[in-house]
Amino acid sequence: MSSQFKTIQYQLNEQGIAILLMDIPGSNANVMGDAFRDELDLAVNLIASDDNIKGAVIGSVKNDFMAGGDLNAMVEMFANVTDPQAALDIANSIKPTLRKLECCSKPIVAAINGPAMGGGLELALACHGRVVSDSAKVIMGLPEVTLGLMPGAGGSQRLPRMIGIQKALEIMLQGRPFNAAKALELGIVDAIVAPEKLIEAACQQITDGLDPIKPWDKKGYTIPGGSGFFDADLGNLYNYLTSTICRDTQRNTPAPLALLTAVARGTAVPFDAGLHIESCYFAKLILDPTARNMVRTLFVSKGELDKLSRRPKGIDKASFQTIGVIGSGLMGGGIAQSAAKAGIDVVLLDISDEQASKGKDAIAKSFGKLIAKGRMQQEKADALLAKITPSADYSKLASCQLVVEAVFEDVALKQMVFKMAREHMPADAILASNTSSLPISQIGEGLPSPDRFLGLHFFSPVERMPLIEVIRGKFTSDKTLAEALDFVALLRKTPIIVNDSRGFFTSRVISAYLQEAFAMVAEGISPTLIDNIAKQAGFAIGPLALIDDIGLENGYKASLAEKQALGERWVEPAGFKVQKQFNELGRIGRRGGMGFYDYSEGVRAPSAAVAKLYPASASAVDAEQIKQRLLYVQALEAARCYEEGVITDAAEADVGVILGIGFPSYTGGVFSLIDTLNCGEFVAALDALTETVGERFRASDWLRSRAEVGIQFYA
Amino acid sequence: MIDAFIFDHVRTPRGKGRPDGGLHSVPPIELAAQTLNAIKSRSDLDTSTIDDVILGIVTPVGEQGCNMARPALLMADYDESVPGMQIDRACSSGLDAVNLGAAQIMSGQAGMIISGGVESMSRVPMGSQGGAWARDPAVISKTYFAPQGIGADLIATRSGFSRSDVDSYALESQRRAHNAWENDYFSKSMITVVDDLGLPLCSKDEHMRPSATAGDLAALKPAFAAMGEQGGYNAIAQQKYPEVFAINHVHTAGNSSGIVDGASALLLGSAAQGKTAGLTPRARIRAFASVGSEPTIMLTGPAAAARKALKNAGMNAADIDLFELNEAFASVVLEFMRELNIPHDKINVNGGAIAMGHPLGATGGMLIGTVLDELERRGQHTALISLCVGIGMGVATIIERV
Repeated sequence: MSSQFKTIQYQLNEQGIAILLMDIPGSNANVMGDAFRDELDLAVNLIASDDNIKGAVIGSVKNDFMAGGDLNAMVEMFANVTDPQAALDIANSIKPTLRKLECCSKPIVAAINGPAMGGGLELALACHGRVVSDSAKVIMGLPEVTLGLMPGAGGSQRLPRMIGIQKALEIMLQGRPFNAAKALELGIVDAIVAPEKLIEAACQQITDGLDPIKPWDKKGYTIPGGSGFFDADLGNLYNYLTSTICRDTQRNTPAPLALLTAVARGTAVPFDAGLHIESCYFAKLILDPTARNMVRTLFVSKGELDKLSRRPKGIDKASFQTIGVIGSGLMGGGIAQSAAKAGIDVVLLDISDEQASKGKDAIAKSFGKLIAKGRMQQEKADALLAKITPSADYSKLASCQLVVEAVFEDVALKQMVFKMAREHMPADAILASNTSSLPISQIGEGLPSPDRFLGLHFFSPVERMPLIEVIRGKFTSDKTLAEALDFVALLRKTPIIVNDSRGFFTSRVISAYLQEAFAMVAEGISPTLIDNIAKQAGFAIGPLALIDDIGLENGYKASLAEKQALGERWVEPAGFKVQKQFNELGRIGRRGGMGFYDYSEGVRAPSAAVAKLYPASASAVDAEQIKQRLLYVQALEAARCYEEGVITDAAEADVGVILGIGFPSYTGGVFSLIDTLNCGEFVAALDALTETVGERFRASDWLRSRAEVGIQFYA
Repeated sequence: MIDAFIFDHVRTPRGKGRPDGGLHSVPPIELAAQTLNAIKSRSDLDTSTIDDVILGIVTPVGEQGCNMARPALLMADYDESVPGMQIDRACSSGLDAVNLGAAQIMSGQAGMIISGGVESMSRVPMGSQGGAWARDPAVISKTYFAPQGIGADLIATRSGFSRSDVDSYALESQRRAHNAWENDYFSKSMITVVDDLGLPLCSKDEHMRPSATAGDLAALKPAFAAMGEQGGYNAIAQQKYPEVFAINHVHTAGNSSGIVDGASALLLGSAAQGKTAGLTPRARIRAFASVGSEPTIMLTGPAAAARKALKNAGMNAADIDLFELNEAFASVVLEFMRELNIPHDKINVNGGAIAMGHPLGATGGMLIGTVLDELERRGQHTALISLCVGIGMGVATIIERV
C-alpha cells in the first residue's frame, strides 16, 4: 500500500495507527503541491475506509513539518486566472480533503516536528489533535496576508472556532509566526513533548481516546467569545480593524480586508458555509493581480537577487576582512556600521582624525538610542564599534580589499580621494563610489585600474534600507562586479545591477516623480492634495512632505550640475522652475522652517505663502489623473531606462524601485504595473497625459511598438 | 391631488437620556401611548376613523422592537381596527412618518393618519440595533464608514467653521430655548408625562443648560479627536476628501445634540375627514423630499433635500418664513445656512437639539410641530423642516399655514 505514495512515507503500526510522514521530493522543505494533495486525499480515503486503521498520525521526515505553499508555482498559477470558477477551483484544491480528514470519524493527530507555516499549519488545524516537538526550530504561523493572500485551506474558519475570533484575527492579520509555547498558551496545540517522543505522544493521544468529532461538528457549538453580527463588541472590533486596515493599506492591498470579511461572515454561519465564504474571498485574491505581483517581486525576484542570480559565472567568491569607507557622514557612517555588522573591519576615513571620530561617535550615539529602547545589547554595540577605526590617514587603507567613498557629490573631489586611496591600497582592491547620480565612468576616468572601479549606491538610512544599486561603469570588469556582489551579499542587502547613466536607475525614477510633483504645484494643485493622493497611490509619504524632510537644496544642486554637464543637451526637468524658485526663496524644507509646507516647532502645516505663489487652478482637479501622473511618470522613466539599456531585467528593476525608493509594493514595481495594466493601456494613458499635461509623457517609438505587438516585460 | 393638513401636534418633554433622566422610568411604549392618548383626547377623536399610526423609531430593538406602533395604539385604547407601523430611516424617521402619512392622504388612500415617533435613548441605547453598515467589514470599507462626529468635524473643516463659530451657535441655541421656555412658547403642544399611577412625572425639557457661558463651552474637550485618530476615521475621511490637510475637531458635547428620551405625534388628515371630525386645519403639508448624499461626510443632505422640496413646492428659499433644521451638530446648521444663504434669525428660532436634545425617532415630529406653533405665534406662514440623516441622507418638508 505504501508504495503508491511518492510524497508520504506510510506505515501502519502494531496499534493500528497509520503513520504518515510527509516527505515531498524536490526540496529541503515540505512544500505543498499537487502530488501531495492527491496523495493525502488517497491516504484519507484509506484511513476512513480500512477497519484495521484506528487512527492516524501526520508527521514529517524533513526538518520542517510543512513550510506552506510553493511561491514560484503560485506566481505561475495565479498569472492566468481570470475566471471566477477557475479561481474557486484553486481555492478549493485541498479544502475538501482536509474536511474529509476532519470528518472521517477516526482520530488524526498532527505531529509537528518543525516549522508549520501557512498550509502546513492549516493541515495541522484540520487534525483532531496536535502535538509539538519541544524545539526552538518549531515555529508556526499563518503569514499569508503578508504575501497579499489569506489562509485558504480552512485556516480562517478553524482558527477562530478554536481560539476565538479576536485572537485568531490578531494572528492572521499580523501574519507573525509564534513558537510552540505560545501555540500551547493560545490553545492551538495540545502538548509539547520531547522531539524523540513526538510520534509516540501523538499515538498516545489516539489510544487515550481522542475525540474524532470537532466541536463545531457537534450540536450546540458556539464560538468561544461569540460570533455573528448581533454582538456589539465583535461589531466594534470589526469596525476598528476595517477602518485601520483601510487607513494603513490605503485600500491598495485587498488581502487583509478579504481575510477579515471572510472571518466575520464565515463565523456567523455553520462551518461548511464558512469554508465556502473563505474560498470566495481567497478566489477574489487570486483574481486580483496584487498578490501575484507582490509575491513575484518581494519574494521570488528578491530571493533570486539575494542568491546573486545575476553574478557573472566562473569567478571565485571573494571574501572581505577589511574595507575602507571615505567620508564619515550619514552615508559613510551607515556603510561602516552595516559592514561592521557583517563582521568586516572598517577603516573610516575623513579629512581629519577629529572629523572621522565624530563620524564614529554618531554611530555610537545611534546605538545608544537602540540600547535605551532595549533593542540592542551594550556588548553588541561595543563589539561593532571596536570594528570601526576612525582615521585621517590613508595609509590605513593598505589592508583593505575594498573602499567605498561617500564624500560630497563632486566628480573632482571623488577622483581626488580615489587617487589618494589607490596609492596605499593593494593593486587589486576594489574602489566603489556611493554617488547617487554622477556617471561612474566619468569618475573612473584617469584612475589606475579602472576595471576595479564601480558604483555601489547605498540608500539612506543605510542600516535600514535593504537595497544596493550596483553600477557597472564602462571599464568595470566581470570579476569586479562579481566580487562587489559578494560584498553586497555579506552585508545581507539585495543588489540590482545597473549600467552607467546619469542618475543610474533609481535616482532617475524618483527624480521624475519629484519633478512631476513640483510641476503640479506650479499648476496650482495644493501640496496637501498632491501628497494625500500620493498616499492613496501607495507611497508611505507624499512627495512634497518627503522633499521637505530631505531638504530641497541637494536636488536643486544636482539639477544645476546636470545642466552644466550636459550644456545644450540639457532638458529642463518638469518642476525645475519651482525647484529654483523655492531654493532662491529659502523655502528649502523642514530644516529651514519652510518648504512646500510651513513648519512651526517641527509641526507641518499648509502654507498660505505657497498658496499665494501658486493660487488654486480654476479648473477642477482630477484626483485620478494626479495619481496616474505620480505612478506613470516613474513607470515611464523606468521604461526609458530599459530602452537605453541602463537596466536589463524587469524583475530586477521592480525589486529596485520597491526596496530602494519606496515605489508602492502592491504594484509589484514599475514593470509589473505596466504589464498588469498591459502595455497598450499604459501607452494610451501616456497619450492622454501627453495631450493634457505635457510632452514629458510621450511614449517612445520603442515602447509604442512593444505595446502594438503586445510584448510583456515579464515574458 | 388632495391636500394633507395638520390638525394637531403634541410632544413629551425631553428627559435626559440617562438612568437619572426624568423619563427613564417610563417604558418607550408608554411614551408613545401617552402622546397617542393626548392626540385622541385633545380632538375628541373617534379612533376608528384613523387609517394608520406611523411612528419613527430609530432603534427598533428590545422593548422598542416588533412594530411598537401597533401595541402602543392598543395601549392607548384606540379601536382595534387601527393599524400601526414603525419606520426607520435613522434621524429623520419622525419626519418621514409625517411625509408618508401625508402621501397617503394626498393620494386619496387615507383620510386621517397619526404620524410621529418615539425614542427612549436611556433605555434602548443608540446603535444597539447593530447593522451591517457599522459592523460588516465589507460594508464598512465600501461605504468609507466614519462616525457622524467625524462628518460634522469634516464639514466644519471644509467650510472653515472655527471652534468659536460652532460654540457661538450652540450658545445661541441654549439662549433661544431658554427664552422659549421662559415665554411659554412650547406649552401649546407640550404634554406632561405621567408615571405608572397616572401622576405627573416630567413636564419640562431637562437637557438645557441656560447658564452655560462661552467659557464653559470653550473648556469642553473635542469629542471626536481621539476616535478620529485611533480609529482610522480621519484618514478615511481624507481618502474621500484628499484636499483636507487635517480634520479640525471642533465638536464637543456642548455643540452637538443631546441624548434624550421623548415622543411626538401629529394628527394629519384631508379637509373632508377633518370636517367630519369637526377639526380645524392648522397647516397644509405643501411638499416634501428625501435625498441621498455623500455618506462619509454624512450630514450634508439637508441642503439638497431642502432644494428638492422647494422645487416640488415651486418655491424659493426666500419664500420660507422659518427654517427648522435638526441641530445634530452645530456645523450641520451652519453649513445649511451657508448653502441656502439663510440668516440666523430665520432658523431654529426657539433653539434646537443642542439645547434640548435629539430623541432620534421622535425629533422629526417635534420639529414640525414646534415650528408650526411658532408660525402661529408670529403670524407667519411658511416653514421648511429638515434633518440630516445617517449614512448620508437628508429629508425636508414644507408646511404652510391655512
